[in-house]
Amino acid sequence: MGELKLMKGNEAIAEAAIREGVDAYFGYPITPQSEVIEYLMMEKPHERTGMVVLQAESELAAINMVYGAASVGRKVFTSSSSPGISLYQEGISYIAGAELPCVIANVVRGGPGLGTIQPSQADYFQTVKGGGHGDYRLFTLAPSSVQEMADFIELGFEIAFKYRNPVMILSDGMIGQMMEKVELKDQKPRWSADEIKAMHGSWATIGKPESRERNIITSLDLDPHKQEKHNHHLQAKYRQMEKEEVRYETFDTDDAEYLIVAYGSSARIAQKTIMLAREKGIKVGLLRPITLYPFPEKPLAELASRMKGVLSVEMSAGQMVEDVRLAVGCSDIPVEHFGRYGGVIHSPDEVLEALEQKIIGGK
Amino acid sequence: MDIAIKDIIKKENLVYTKTKLMTDNVLSYCPGCGHGTAHRITMEVVDEKGIQEQTIGIAPVGCSVLAYEFMNIDMVQAAHGRAPAVATGIKRVMPEKYVFTYQGDGDLAAIGTSETIHACNRGENITIIFINNGIYGMTGGQMAPTTLAGMKTSTSPFGRDLHSMGNPLKITELVAQLPGTYYVTRQAVHTPAAVRKAKRAVRKAFELQAENKGVTFVEIVSNCNSGWKMPPVQANEWMEENMFPFYPLGDIKVDGELVKK
Amino acid sequence: MTEEIIIAGFGGQGVLSMGKILAYSGIMQDQEVSWMPSYGPEMRGGTANVTVIVSDERISSPVLNQYDTAIILNQQSMDKFEKTVKPGGLLLYDPNGIVHHPTRTDINIYKIEGARLASELGNAKIFNMIVLGAYLKIKPIVKYENVVRGLKKSLPERYHKLIPMNEAALQKGMENPVPVNTL
Repeated sequence: MGELKLMKGNEAIAEAAIREGVDAYFGYPITPQSEVIEYLMMEKPHERTGMVVLQAESELAAINMVYGAASVGRKVFTSSSSPGISLYQEGISYIAGAELPCVIANVVRGGPGLGTIQPSQADYFQTVKGGGHGDYRLFTLAPSSVQEMADFIELGFEIAFKYRNPVMILSDGMIGQMMEKVELKDQKPRWSADEIKAMHGSWATIGKPESRERNIITSLDLDPHKQEKHNHHLQAKYRQMEKEEVRYETFDTDDAEYLIVAYGSSARIAQKTIMLAREKGIKVGLLRPITLYPFPEKPLAELASRMKGVLSVEMSAGQMVEDVRLAVGCSDIPVEHFGRYGGVIHSPDEVLEALEQKIIGGK
Repeated sequence: MDIAIKDIIKKENLVYTKTKLMTDNVLSYCPGCGHGTAHRITMEVVDEKGIQEQTIGIAPVGCSVLAYEFMNIDMVQAAHGRAPAVATGIKRVMPEKYVFTYQGDGDLAAIGTSETIHACNRGENITIIFINNGIYGMTGGQMAPTTLAGMKTSTSPFGRDLHSMGNPLKITELVAQLPGTYYVTRQAVHTPAAVRKAKRAVRKAFELQAENKGVTFVEIVSNCNSGWKMPPVQANEWMEENMFPFYPLGDIKVDGELVKK
Repeated sequence: MTEEIIIAGFGGQGVLSMGKILAYSGIMQDQEVSWMPSYGPEMRGGTANVTVIVSDERISSPVLNQYDTAIILNQQSMDKFEKTVKPGGLLLYDPNGIVHHPTRTDINIYKIEGARLASELGNAKIFNMIVLGAYLKIKPIVKYENVVRGLKKSLPERYHKLIPMNEAALQKGMENPVPVNTL
């Protein structure tokens, strides 16, 4: 068993990044995730592993530093919160277009605009439906505990390099600020220059030897037919992710008559709702998408086919519910959304009340 | 007397050869444009120093967005204005490499001003090659931050009005003030003598980069005959008469010290 | 066993660190824990609260609207949290600065003179440990030795010299809870 610590989500993701052997972190402070860069600065990862940590002058600069370090085959991590992630979008589109691996964490806060610093899940659309310009997909992992904040660093880099695609860890102010027990993995060595050359030398711009053609990192092709071909390649990659990388978890669904679909912190709250509901004799289960893109549409469709109703719960005005409805398809059962938003966290009781009113009571 | 090509292509007749660090792709620049020469001297320096494998270039958005088609080295294409941030990301994880950006005036001095100033102020060990032709060439001749007072462009069709459009920005003098820059110079590539001087400046910039002294910054004042709507020769004359008085050639900062004029 | 606790008071009273020590104590005896603070500008001198859950099982929601125990350290928090204690639950409060005392009769209510005892011991900073001691006397959800181990874990090394003083404060708290209403 690894080392056990009581840590905030923001601290756990930072420590996990050091232990993953990440080469560089670039970021810009913003509440509620500034502890990520604060922790990294305090830990002096340059002394521990040689990891670079740099506070950029803006989110625009930070995401482009990520783009630079990722283009030379390094493991690069960055984090921000909603308004900062909006500024990242241009860079994320370039990173996806140029097929670079990196891991980005969004510790979501309430919006729109400057919004609030309290937790929210209202960046779902931005994350899984694009955000930046062009036909790209952002692989999205949604942690619902401090442990998963740490664990998804390793998983995130695995997927980022497997598909050469950016990976988003979509959490929120609640997961970022709360402390839980976390089991930390042992320190991995950072990749050596020779390992990087062997693994990524075919594409990374690490310096052109005589023996190969030059490597170019770009998202540009002025010939639309070539650009379309590149898009075909990207789409094939996304289809493969949809086929092979869907992750989800279910609770109490075996005998359930009603289903809650919730991710991240809302899934934690919903678990309490389920306990309260079962005390009242209402049989409710939970499906928690762990990957938001690719969305677990097939398991959801299968589960929903034997339910009397589905409630999608997230701290937004109703975003994921659109994907839930698409997955459930044309059906007579009610599929509704419930969630507090703008930085307000719904209580387990409120979710139960919504379930009773919107799904069980009404149609 | 008929002379065949094969009679001309002989070793003893060879007076110039292109560096192998320029690819065989046909340059996309307009005839008369300074970009081709600026590319060539940069690649000649890399070639002569034998650092092809140690060099990573960053192409901007602008006319030189396709620089990677012509420079035979590993290159990264950056978003508009962000080349110094991309260069920072690369150099920080590969400090042993030579990393340079190649940027135009719109990229470096308008949309990327923040990245330019902060990379310079942090003293990143990178080289910035800045092509200043006072206009946005790629998008069809719009006003640039460096467009001269009264100069006509498609977005200042009656000439740049300083009152409503602001002043031309001497970004090079500005970055020279920052403690993170070590060598800052302004050059041109419109005459053989200027090309030789500019190449020496680029070589010096790369050599100093290896010493980790901070940013080395080479501005090349160049022409844009298409954007300026002039034949190449006239464009060069116009540049000497109008650009050079406002953007005087020569070293601005040497060995970390501002040059006294 | 699952104990759901809200600790609420002024920023600077050690509300968050009391919760952290309690959470660490739970870890020391292999329990699941969560610690969810209110965060933001209100922490700089305003009210602060933290929800701590210690459980033998996997913890579901780290935010709640009903608690087994409320530890209340100022009037604003009393106004907000007295009503959130589950029937049969515990309300522990420091009467210092409390104008409207709790009135519920369906819960256990105890007082601890934390502020006064801390000033008697000559150190206002150990106030939170006195309150924690009183709580653990009433509800010994974690063993005393695990609290001391939790204290060591949550304090940076350079503050370990303060552990004996903190232990004294815990003991002081354990000796002094006063029942106000018991079921």
